[in-house]
Amino acid sequence: MNRVYLDYNATTPVEPQVLDAMLPYFSAEFANASSIHTPGQRARAAVETAREQVAALIGARPPEIVFTSGGTESDNHAIFGVARPFRGGHISPAQLKHPHIITTTIEHEAVLNACQAAEKQAASVTYLPVDREGLADPESVRLAIRPETVLITIMQANNELGTVQPLEEIGRIAKEYEVYFHTDAVQSAGKIPIDVNRLNTHLLSLSGHKLYAPKGAGALYVRGGTRLDQLLYGGHHQRGFRPGTENVAGIVGLGRAAEMARNSLAGEAKRVSTLRDKLEQGLLERVPQIRVNGGLAPRTPNTTNLMFAGIEGEALVIALDLKGLACSVGAACSSGAVEPSHVLTAIGLSQEQAKSSLRFSLGRPTTESEIDIALEVIPAAVAQLRALSPTYRKQPASPV
Amino acid sequence: MNATTHFETLPTHEQTQLRGLVVIAMSGGVDSSTVAAVLQEQGHPIVGLTMQLWNQRRLPELQGHGLQQHRCCSLDDVYDAKRVAQHLNFPHYVVNFEEQFEQRVVRPFVDQYLAGRTPIACTNCNTDVKFEPLLRMARQIGAERLATGHYARIRKNEQTGRWELLRARDRSKDQSYFLWGLTQEQLSRSVFPLGELTKEEVRALARRTNLPVAEKPESMELCFVPTGNYVQFIQAYSKDVGISFPPGAGEMVTEDGAVIGHHNGVHNFTIGQRKGLGFAAGKPLYVLSIDPQKNRVVVGGDDSLRTTSFEVQGVNWVSTEQPPGPVRATVKIRHKHEPAAATVLPIDATNAQVAFDAPQRAITPGQGAVFYEGDRVLGGAWIR
Repeated sequence: MNRVYLDYNATTPVEPQVLDAMLPYFSAEFANASSIHTPGQRARAAVETAREQVAALIGARPPEIVFTSGGTESDNHAIFGVARPFRGGHISPAQLKHPHIITTTIEHEAVLNACQAAEKQAASVTYLPVDREGLADPESVRLAIRPETVLITIMQANNELGTVQPLEEIGRIAKEYEVYFHTDAVQSAGKIPIDVNRLNTHLLSLSGHKLYAPKGAGALYVRGGTRLDQLLYGGHHQRGFRPGTENVAGIVGLGRAAEMARNSLAGEAKRVSTLRDKLEQGLLERVPQIRVNGGLAPRTPNTTNLMFAGIEGEALVIALDLKGLACSVGAACSSGAVEPSHVLTAIGLSQEQAKSSLRFSLGRPTTESEIDIALEVIPAAVAQLRALSPTYRKQPASPV
Repeated sequence: MNATTHFETLPTHEQTQLRGLVVIAMSGGVDSSTVAAVLQEQGHPIVGLTMQLWNQRRLPELQGHGLQQHRCCSLDDVYDAKRVAQHLNFPHYVVNFEEQFEQRVVRPFVDQYLAGRTPIACTNCNTDVKFEPLLRMARQIGAERLATGHYARIRKNEQTGRWELLRARDRSKDQSYFLWGLTQEQLSRSVFPLGELTKEEVRALARRTNLPVAEKPESMELCFVPTGNYVQFIQAYSKDVGISFPPGAGEMVTEDGAVIGHHNGVHNFTIGQRKGLGFAAGKPLYVLSIDPQKNRVVVGGDDSLRTTSFEVQGVNWVSTEQPPGPVRATVKIRHKHEPAAATVLPIDATNAQVAFDAPQRAITPGQGAVFYEGDRVLGGAWIR
């Protein structure tokens, strides 16, 4: 079966050039980047090159890049590094006692669940609602700021909708009130240009496997001068700030992937958005009663989230997979079953509408002929499901 | 071992003439895993679906600690199903039916218990989850039929045109008692490949195909109450969803209404229960009935526990249409009951009167009554 993969927001393949760059560091160049000797120095040099490459992707300085195990660790580090109630440093006694965090209802679980854990440790958290397109209102951020507010954490691009938040405005507000500002840029890095200085962000999370680097490699940007507690305790790696022997091969892969993303970003964004628009328009023409979730907001060029009225999304994903097309619905839990998406209910969809919504996310390997296949397979599968749907009516009672 | 020799001993039956894609409801146990092996060996394209039914994290106080958590309904079972699918190389998916399961199985189970009845969750799960939304999902992904690991048989009666449900050939494993709620439509789309096999034959098949679950022990408890402690579950669940819990302590009375003691909540009792009731005049006492309105438990001697006649509701006629008058049948009133001769008199489309020829012990409201004629399930209903 010729498989069509349209789930690049879940993960991406490692680019061949990235793999080539990594391979020596598993064997010939296996040394510990902290070692004094020559092999160690070569590993160190490779890590530092990668640091420059990652920094360049987001307009940062290399010392501001901390390598981590991925997006989840980076998000946790940003949140607990700022908001641990027992930490000392710059924050006032009130902040120390009841640190306050501002976030949104559509963050990734790595942020949401970290915030909930922080709440159990005496922090308080404001979860800002978003509008029907999935956008947070910068003014609502301003209004939520309190004397005890220590952190604003708002994602750049949403993983399910692709919607891009107005971070420049939020960053200006954060700067005005002198509150630390973190953004999870896992889904935006490599898809849209990022400049940490334009965003006024103090902290920014990156994940390798969303940008054609391996899983298990990520980074946290920490603006120079930001007071951040360490999350892990151990040796002196990365200035003691993130101990643990560096994953040299993974870091090299992340660096090379960041460089490739930076070089191809403009052209690739145009190419992929053309294909995404073709898929979206094609489906809107071929399938009755569908709509785009978050379609009116600025979006990453590769993502479309579509609601198919009267469809059980879980069944459609399985039906499509059996026909060789990979896409996603909701949030996968550990068993592989699907849970209704908190993002889709946050933008005002009912549980039923949320369950009937699928995400298609394109990537660098996506070709036009794959989109053509998708435009044949998806409408046929939707028709097959709707024929057996207990809720689908050919004539909608009200406009969808 | 040559794959084609695995199933030479398999009896051929009507359902081997299936066409098209078959979905298998896979629990991760040996029975449904063997169904996959059997159908694949017979050349059917198959897809496995495992239902995620209950999130054990919901009621953490019932959960074990760390990695020593209760096994059932667990990720381990899901992974077992996945391992089988990988071993036999067919597509497998986990599907989330937690919401339907809670609405249609767990909540009614708890409500019934609190109303002084003794429900059977497995019957609701079959009728309202496995053979309803799961069957629908199977059809939506392109399958005509849903196969399960139930020990029971289905056949089409060409004379009457009806789909008939029959007991399994292995009487000791027969699960037809839990399947009486199936409609003709549901039966027409269901396949029970194990109905002709004994458990030992199933294990042997599992071993011969090297299924990774071939030696897995059977789960006996209700899947969402893996500790087997219903009372603890009902208390925890009621608290979780905010069901007002009935007043705890109440009176324990004899048949004449004499108060002989107190109880700690009607949900702690089922009819026929003896444990902890003590003796009266040297004879053991049993629960005869439960009155949740008066918060009373009525107790008495073993002889009072034996009755002949009872009413049923929610009747579903399976292998036959609703008979115009009384029918003779053997009726089974709980899973471990030996069916006894009785007359079933339909009152209307959903209600009937059952009269045993000889008194039966502990006829319990909330349990199923299934009417058999030989191996055929004529129909079934809920004991009122």
